[in-house]
Amino acid sequence: MNVSDKVIEIIAEQAVLEPSDVTPDSTLEDLGVDSLGLVESIFAIEEAFDISIPFNANDPSDGDFDISSVKTIIAGIEKLVAEQTS
Amino acid sequence: MNRVVITGAGTVNALGHNVPDTLDAMREGRCGISELDFRDVDRLSIRIGGQVKGMDAENHFNRQQMVLYDRFTQFTLLATGEAMAQSGIEFTGDLAAKAGVVLGTAGGGVSTWDDNYRSVYEDGKNRVHPFVVPKLMNNAAASHVSMQYNLKGPSFTVSTACSSSNHAMAQAFQMVRSGMSKAMITGGSESMLCFGGVKAWEGLRVMSRDACRPFSANRNGMVQGEGAGVFVFEEYEHARARGAEILCEVIGFAMTSDASDIVMPSKQGAARAMAGALADAGISASQVGYVNAHGTGTAANDKTECAAVADVFGQHADDLMISSTKSMHGHLIGGTGAVELLACIMALKEGVVAPTIGYEEHDPECALDVVPNEAREADVKVALSNAFAFGGLNAVLALRKI
Repeated sequence: MNVSDKVIEIIAEQAVLEPSDVTPDSTLEDLGVDSLGLVESIFAIEEAFDISIPFNANDPSDGDFDISSVKTIIAGIEKLVAEQTS
Repeated sequence: MNRVVITGAGTVNALGHNVPDTLDAMREGRCGISELDFRDVDRLSIRIGGQVKGMDAENHFNRQQMVLYDRFTQFTLLATGEAMAQSGIEFTGDLAAKAGVVLGTAGGGVSTWDDNYRSVYEDGKNRVHPFVVPKLMNNAAASHVSMQYNLKGPSFTVSTACSSSNHAMAQAFQMVRSGMSKAMITGGSESMLCFGGVKAWEGLRVMSRDACRPFSANRNGMVQGEGAGVFVFEEYEHARARGAEILCEVIGFAMTSDASDIVMPSKQGAARAMAGALADAGISASQVGYVNAHGTGTAANDKTECAAVADVFGQHADDLMISSTKSMHGHLIGGTGAVELLACIMALKEGVVAPTIGYEEHDPECALDVVPNEAREADVKVALSNAFAFGGLNAVLALRKI
C-alpha cells in the first residue's frame, strides 16, 4: 500500500467513511474530522510510517506541515517518509 | 431542608452487571471473587480478586468511545445508564442547569497509566496515544456522565481512597438537601485490577491469597474488587410529583478525619463518623437495624470497626446486624461505598440483609451479629453505610426505609 492509500485509509477510518469517499481535495472539515480526530489521525499516521510529524495542536497552521487538505497532508507525509529513508 | 430520596440505582461489579443480578447474588451469599485474568498475572503473588468478567465493552461502546473510556469510565457509564433508566428522570432546562454528578474514585484510569507506562518503559516506545490524559484523569467518568445526560451544574470527582464514594454521595446528598439542586447523580467507580494496580497493593502485605473473610478469626486480609455503583439522588417532592419509584431515603451523613496515621484506622475516628451520621439524621442509635460495615477482612479494620460500633451503639450493638459484603464483591476501593449502598437498599426496601460470607471462626474481638454466611429476612427501618479510608478519612451515610 502506498503512502497516499494508507493516509486516506487512516483519515477515512477517523471520519467513519469509506476510503473512496475521501478525495485529495477534501478538507478535514468537509470530512467531519474535529480537532481531537485530527490529533488521533496524526498519531495513527506516525505509528503507520514510524515518522514524527511536526504538528502542534495549539496552532495547527503553524510549522511546515500543511493540513489544509488531504492532498497537502499526503504530500507532507511523503516528504517525511522520503527524508527518513534517505 | 429538603428530604432526599434515591430513585435510581445501577451497578457493574463482580457479582453482576446490573442491580437485580447483584442483589440476587447477595441474597444467595454468592462469592464473586475468582482467579484474576490479565496480562502478567503470573508475576503477582496475589492472584484473586472481584474481577468483572464477561462484560464485552465493545458491545456497549463504539470505537471512538473506546479510545476515550478507561475501564473505570466504562463501569460508570453502564451503571449510570441503569440508574437513569430506573429513575426515569430527564435533565432539561432549569433542572439540568443546576444538576450535576459527583463521583468517587481512588485511582481513576489506573489501567491506562499501566498500559502506557508499559508501552514506553518496557516496550521502549516513544509515542503514546493522544487521548491518554483525557482517558486516565480521575474526573473522566464524571465528565462523560455530565456530557451524556446534559448535567450542567456542579460536577466533580472526590478521591479519598476507600471512602471516595461515600464522600461523593455525601456531597450530592448535601446539594439536594440544601436545595442547590433538585437531583444529582452520584456514586463511584474503580478499576485497579491490572498488573501495576495489584502489584502496588501487594507491597502493603495486607492482601489475602485465598478469600476475604471479614470478622472471622481466621481472616487473613483484603481482596480487591472492581466496578461501579451509581445512584440518582432526588428531592422527595420532586420525585413524588413525577411518580418515581423511591428506593429509600438518605437521611444523614458525617465525615471525620482520624488525624493520626496514614494507614492504621482509629476507633475514635470511626465512632465519631457513625455518631455524627446519627446526629445529622436526627435519629437515636436504637433505631438502626443494619450497618453495612467497612469490613475489609484485615485485622486492623475489623477489630477497630467492631469496637467503634460497640462504643456508638452501646447495648444496642448486640441487637443490630452488621455485615461486610466485601466478602462477596471484594474491596472496590474508591467505588466500594457505592456498591455497598445496594446492600443497604436491599435491607430497607426488600427486608433482606446481605450476609458476611466466608465466616468460619468466631473472633471475640468482633463479637457482633455479622450475619454469617446466609442472608436474613428482617424489617430494617434505618441502615448505616460505613467507609473508613487510608489516610484516616471516614464517611458514613444514614438511610431510611420509605
